[in-house]
Amino acid sequence: MSTAQATKNCITLKGSAQIIVEYLKYGINSILFQRGIYPAENFDNTQQYGLTILMSKDPKIMSFLQNVLTQTEEWLSKNMINKISMVITNAHTKEVLECWDFKMQAEAGDGVEAGDPSKQTSSKQLSRIQNEIRDVMRQISATVSYLPLLDCICTFDVMIHTLQNTEIPAQWNETGAVFIQNAQAVQLRSFSTGLQKVDTVVNYKMSS
Amino acid sequence: MSQFNFVSDLQNALVMDGDTRGPAPRWKKKLEASMNGSANTTRSVLSVSYNTSFSGVQAASAKTPGKSSDAKAKKSMTTPSKTPGGGDRFIPNRAATNFELAHFLVTKEAANNSDDENDEPSSSNGNNNDNNVQASAHKSELQKLIAEAAQVGDSAKSGRILCYQNKAPAAPESHTNPLKVVYSLKTPISTKSGSRYIPTTSERILDAPDFINDYYLNLMDWSGDNIVAVALGNCVYLWNAASGSIEQLNEYEEGDYACALSWIQEGQILAIGNSTGAVELWDCSKVKRLRVMDGHSARVGSLAWNSYLVSSGSRDGTIIHHDVRSREHKLSSLSGHTQEVCGLKWSTDFKYLASGGNDNLVNVWSLGSGGVGTAPEPLHKFTEHQAAVRALAWCPWQTNTLASGGGTADRCIKFWNVHNGSLIKSVDSKSQVCSLLFSRHYKELISAHGFANNQLTIWKYPTMVKQADLTGHTSRVLQMAMSPDGSTVISAGADETLRLWNCFAPDPLAAKKVANVNSNAKKSVFRQSLR
Repeated sequence: MSTAQATKNCITLKGSAQIIVEYLKYGINSILFQRGIYPAENFDNTQQYGLTILMSKDPKIMSFLQNVLTQTEEWLSKNMINKISMVITNAHTKEVLECWDFKMQAEAGDGVEAGDPSKQTSSKQLSRIQNEIRDVMRQISATVSYLPLLDCICTFDVMIHTLQNTEIPAQWNETGAVFIQNAQAVQLRSFSTGLQKVDTVVNYKMSS
Repeated sequence: MSQFNFVSDLQNALVMDGDTRGPAPRWKKKLEASMNGSANTTRSVLSVSYNTSFSGVQAASAKTPGKSSDAKAKKSMTTPSKTPGGGDRFIPNRAATNFELAHFLVTKEAANNSDDENDEPSSSNGNNNDNNVQASAHKSELQKLIAEAAQVGDSAKSGRILCYQNKAPAAPESHTNPLKVVYSLKTPISTKSGSRYIPTTSERILDAPDFINDYYLNLMDWSGDNIVAVALGNCVYLWNAASGSIEQLNEYEEGDYACALSWIQEGQILAIGNSTGAVELWDCSKVKRLRVMDGHSARVGSLAWNSYLVSSGSRDGTIIHHDVRSREHKLSSLSGHTQEVCGLKWSTDFKYLASGGNDNLVNVWSLGSGGVGTAPEPLHKFTEHQAAVRALAWCPWQTNTLASGGGTADRCIKFWNVHNGSLIKSVDSKSQVCSLLFSRHYKELISAHGFANNQLTIWKYPTMVKQADLTGHTSRVLQMAMSPDGSTVISAGADETLRLWNCFAPDPLAAKKVANVNSNAKKSVFRQSLR
């Protein structure tokens, strides 16, 4: 009886990674639309978290995100990621204009089996997590009112800050950190799956 | 004595550890501020922004994020151009020098040294030693935090940064950011001349000092008895549109204010939602408060009447139906919104209630089973808007059509069929939509906008062809109301003016035609009776 209840509502590290990757997928697409980086015609409505979120239907962007996020999920489920940065750059000058940081923090979960991280579980309700994510998503769409206009042809990239001992998979490169000159940072709400906490921060260039 | 002071000052100066006597260095103050700020932000606050000019190695040393630093940055950027490269002098570029980071690195070294020499004779006191240990522990913690913030931690410790080789494509060259309309100021586009003449200047301008510039409040309404109620600051005034006389209805105590005004369909009863969360009913012919109906835990920003029922939407996200006749006024409470309800309208046939909130939702509630109030669950939940929805209007000639307009991040006017819950049409208005009204004489609607032109736009419905832009407000237009005869629209702007626009005046020719038809009909009746 008690075991049945325990298994009914628990999130493992793998599930937590799935939730976060799903958030990243919708979050990044929402940023691409809300910041006007790609033409609005190339987006489609979907319903998620009780919100309408616009998702890119450009096949290149979709496959890029698919590849990146699959790898991210693998690393996340081993708690190997410190931070994921979505970097928006001017396509011509390569200047970094904006950087969305998703900072990952491991949390103790229920702390029953603290010894083995892969067996940790969290009993946080999925609906509660999704409500937290929804609040962050709303804030992302509200950032339009204070972020500066990206008045140039832009592109974006996703950089994953991992642990030092991470092996570099095929088709991946190691790069340096990016810096934004004269930056301003705004922290949005956070959400947590019980095992991992995600802070969303937007860094942008102050217009001179 | 003074020489002792001097010696002790000297000693204090020599002690590298512990608190410095002078004002704390800028980076320290900033870090503290930012840490306090971020501690607050994690849960609730949207954007306590803090200046992290130390986050980039090359970041400018923005002294203050105000005008002065801008001016400084500009200056230093222009100087190198004056002296072409290859000059014989080294002129440091202040903007590119990161003083805070440099200072941090210097003090870090110094602190490390003094850690080693903790038993320096100048701090020989036993208590002091203890303090020093504590202080240095505190300091190392602090430095770790700063290092993290400045992204210059030991390079060996920090992890790898990986990225995928096949990059995402850049936007097509022809693409221009659609958000440009939000940021750039343009002269109003010449609009297609419609089939009728619409005066584009306001007929009359009234002063409205202290009109609260808050997107979430509804501070003006025009009654069927031709009286405009408007809240200015913490007072409510009545302006008789026929005689032009002004009367003060009430004045709230310091700190309180009216948040929503709504007239009953007929008569002189005004409902006022106030900042304490209560709904007040006023008899304006006697300037007397009739009753106060509480129930909300936060300010009431929207109100809507349906005969003896007044519905109130509040910042706490609930909508309450009050029966104004009975002692137990609270009929039901609807919780379909998670944030402030800022738009509330009963349909023209009073069968549906539409509500818009800061959570970007539009909810449509159908009439309750008993015919009083509404069902506890919304009939439709429209999530398509990307910003707060305040502007709501029901079409008077198609009772199932609802128009809604979104805020700055959305800028769309959307039309909904509430019978089947489908989106009929969506138009990008290129500006924040603050208010919407349908005309009663023409198949047209008028929308009120904010930045960039602060205009009122008249659209043909259903084609949504722009008929006219009515400009004049110098700040966003917050509220609109229509005169009882439907010919005049009054708009309240954040520029603290009320403007009257005679934009829906019935066509005199059309009126004549109708009169002719009527008289013809009468004649024919006459003839019939003669036969």
